[in-house]
Amino acid sequence: MIPELGHFALAMALALAVAQTILPLLGAQRRDARLMAMAVPLANGVLLAVLTAFAALTVSYAVNDTSVLNVVQNSHSAKPMLYKITGVWGNHEGSMVLWVLVLAICAGAVAGFGRESPSALQARVIAVLGSIGAGFLLFILLTSNPFDRVWPPPPDGQGLNPLLQDIGLALHPPLLYMGYVGTAVTFAFAIAALIEGRVDAAWGAWVRPWALASWAFLTMGIALGSWWAYYELGWGGYWFWDPVENASLMPWLASTALLHSAIVVEKRGALKIWTVLLALLAFALSMLGTFLVRSGVLNSVHTFAADPARGVFILGMLGVYVGGALALFAWRAPGMTPQGFFAPLSREGMLVLNNLLLCCICAVVFVGTLYPLFLDLLTDRLISVGPPFFNLATLPLALPLIAGMALGPLMPWKRAELWPVVQRLWWVAIVALGAFALAMAIAGQKFWPALGFAAGMWLIAAAHADVLERIGAFRVPVRTALARARGLPRAAWGAAIAHAGMGVTALGIAGMGLATETLVGVRPGETTRFAGYEWRLDQVRDYQGPNWTARRAEITLLVDGREVMRMAPQRRFFPIGRTTTTEASIRTNLVRDLYAVLGEERDGQAVLRLHHNPLAPWIWIGAFIMALGGGISLSDRRIRIAAPSRKAAALPA
Amino acid sequence: MTRKRRRLYILLLCAIGLGTATALTLTAFQDNLVFFRSPSDIVAEAPPPGRNFRLGGLVEQGSVERLTGQDGRPKITFRVTDGNNAISVQFSGVLPDLFREGQGVVTLGQMGPGNIFMAREVLARHDENYMPPEVADALRRSGHWNPASGDPPPASQWNTLEPRRQGS
Repeated sequence: MIPELGHFALAMALALAVAQTILPLLGAQRRDARLMAMAVPLANGVLLAVLTAFAALTVSYAVNDTSVLNVVQNSHSAKPMLYKITGVWGNHEGSMVLWVLVLAICAGAVAGFGRESPSALQARVIAVLGSIGAGFLLFILLTSNPFDRVWPPPPDGQGLNPLLQDIGLALHPPLLYMGYVGTAVTFAFAIAALIEGRVDAAWGAWVRPWALASWAFLTMGIALGSWWAYYELGWGGYWFWDPVENASLMPWLASTALLHSAIVVEKRGALKIWTVLLALLAFALSMLGTFLVRSGVLNSVHTFAADPARGVFILGMLGVYVGGALALFAWRAPGMTPQGFFAPLSREGMLVLNNLLLCCICAVVFVGTLYPLFLDLLTDRLISVGPPFFNLATLPLALPLIAGMALGPLMPWKRAELWPVVQRLWWVAIVALGAFALAMAIAGQKFWPALGFAAGMWLIAAAHADVLERIGAFRVPVRTALARARGLPRAAWGAAIAHAGMGVTALGIAGMGLATETLVGVRPGETTRFAGYEWRLDQVRDYQGPNWTARRAEITLLVDGREVMRMAPQRRFFPIGRTTTTEASIRTNLVRDLYAVLGEERDGQAVLRLHHNPLAPWIWIGAFIMALGGGISLSDRRIRIAAPSRKAAALPA
Repeated sequence: MTRKRRRLYILLLCAIGLGTATALTLTAFQDNLVFFRSPSDIVAEAPPPGRNFRLGGLVEQGSVERLTGQDGRPKITFRVTDGNNAISVQFSGVLPDLFREGQGVVTLGQMGPGNIFMAREVLARHDENYMPPEVADALRRSGHWNPASGDPPPASQWNTLEPRRQGS
C-alpha cells in the first residue's frame, strides 16, 4: 500500500510540475497576476507530493519491505537502521527521488520569498524550476521507478554495497545534490532574465545568495566525497582525478566563477550577459555530471550500475534544457546592452581574470575527462587520462588564480593602481617567501610542496591583510578598528574567510606532497620503523561486526620502547553481496595522519601498508572553512533584505 | 579608456587565457595519455620504454607468486593473459580486495627489464561481477568472445575459463 502511495505521489508531482511550468509562465507573459500567483501553491503542491513519495520510499526501507524491488536490491534486514535510511539515496532510483525533492524544496523556497503575490521574475523562475522537475520526474517514472514491486517477495534483500555503508558517504549525495540543484535555481534565474530580456542589479541580488548556497554545498559535498575516498578506499590518496570526481569539480569551478561575476552584476551592473551564460554553463555541467555518473559511460572507480536507456534519457534532457537555453541565449542576449565601465586594472578586472582562469581550468578538466570517451566512440582506441595530465595542465592556471585571489579584494571598483595594492601586500609576500624557504629547508628541497606552502600562506596572510586594511588596523586607534570590524559587512568577512579556507586547503595539499609510505611484511611480534615510530604487529585475528566479519591486525606504536597508541586496520568481508573491503586505520593529531592498511596475509606474515600524511586533515578543514565563509556571506543583512526588494519596483499589477 | 579599447583588452586577455589552456592541454596530452594494451598487443609491437600504459586481461591460473624483494618490501608476480599471449607482471603494494586468479585485472605501469611489466597500480574493482571494459575488449580481440553473439558472459564464468594457450 505504501509503495503505491509513493508511486501515485510521484505521478501527482509530475502533473503538478507540468502545471507549475505552464501557468506561471503564461501569467507572466500576459501580466495576469492571478495566473502568476498560481506559482506559489503549485510549487508547494509539488513539494508536498515529492515529500510524500520520499517518505513512502523511506518507510519501505525502514521496514525492509521486500516486495519492493529497489529495497530488495539495495537493502537487507541485518543492516543498521542508520544505513537503511541512508540507503534510500545510496542507489540510483532513490537518489533521483532525493534530487527531485531538493529541487522541490528550492522551488518552494523561491516561492516563499514573495510574501503577497510573486513578481514576474519569480513566477518565471518557479516555472523553469517546474519544467526541470517535470523532466526528472518523467525520467524517474519511465526509467527508474523506485516503487516497482517483485512477486513473490524474496525472504530478504541483497544488501547495500558495503563501501557505501558509511556516514561520510551517507551525507555526501544530499550535499552534492543541494549544490547541483542550486545551479538549477541560478539556471532558472538566467532563463527568466533572458525571457524578460533584462538583467539588473536586483537580478544580481536575487541570484547571488543562490549561487553562494549552491557553491557552499558543492564545496562541502566534494570535500566529503574526497574525505570518504581517503579513509574508505584505503589507497592513501584524497583526489584521483577520476571522471566521477571531475564531474563534480566542473560545476564547482563554474559555480565559483558565477559567484564572483554575480558580485559584479549586483554592485556594478556589468558582466550581465557573461553571468547569464555562466549560470547556463554551471547547470549544463551539473547535468553532465549527473549523466556521467548515472549512465556509466565512463570507466570509473566508483562504478554504479550502468543502464544505457537511462544514459540516453539524461542525454536527451541535457540536450533539451541546455540546447534550449543556449538557443534562447543566442536569441535574447544581443538585446541586452552592456553597462558599467571599468578599467582593466580594477576589482571588476580582477574578477574577470578570476572568471577567465576558472573557466580555463574547467575547460581543461572537461577535455581531459571526455577525450577518452570521444576517442573510444570515434576510433575505438582505449586510452585513459590520469593525474599527471591534470596536474600538469591545471597547475599553471591555478597559480595566477591564487596570486590574483590576494590582489583582487584589495583593489577598488572601477579603476585601480597596482602600486598601492602591492604596497599593502609586501608583508604577505614576505610570509609566503618565508614559508617557501622554510619548507625547502625542512622538507628537503622539494619544489612543488614548498610552492604549495607558499601559496597557502600567501592566501591566508592576504585574507588577514584584506580584513586589517578594511578596518584600518594600525592606522586608527584599536578601539575604532574593533568597532569597524564589528561594522564590517558579513559578506566581506565571508569572502576573507573563504579565501583563507582555500589557503588552508592548499597547505593540506602541499603537506600531502610530502607524504611517505612503506610496504612491509611482518609476523606477529615483529616491529618495523617508519615515520619516527616503532610499529609492532601484535596479532591478526578474526573480528565480528554487525553484518560483516573481518580480519583485524592489532598494531602498537612505540616511541623509545614506550607504547603511545594502537591501530587496528581491518579487511572486512560482507557475506551478503560477497564483497571484501579494506578498512584503513587512521590516527590523526590534526598536524599529521598515520594511516595503516592491512593487505593480504601469507605464510604467517601480514602485509601492511603504512602512510605518514603531513597536514592531510587540513585539506577538508580548509574546504569546510570555505563553505563556512560562504555561509557567513549568505547571512549578510544586505543579501537578505535585497532579495525581496525588487518586488515593489517590478510588479506592475 | 574607450569602450572599444576595453573590449579589445578583454578579448585579448580571453585569447591569451584560452590559448594558454589549449597549449597546456596539448602539451600535457603529448606525454600523459595512457594507452591500453592487451598482452597480444605487446607481443605484436613492443611498447616504447619508459612510457606508462595500462595492461589488462585475466590473471592466469596458478601464476600468482608472492616474494620478498631485496629491499624487504613484499612483492607479487603474476601473469596477465588474454588467452593467446601472457605477460609477466610485478607489483609491490597492497592488492585490491577482488584480485583473484582467473579474474579480470587492469594494471598501470611500464615495461621493465626482461620484458616484465612493472605495475605501479593494480586497479581496484568493487564488484566481483564487474568486467573492466578494457579486459572485455582484450578478450573480444583475442577471439574469446564475439560481441555479435550477445553480451559477454558474466564475470563469474570468465573466472572459471582456463586461459587457452596459443595455437590450441
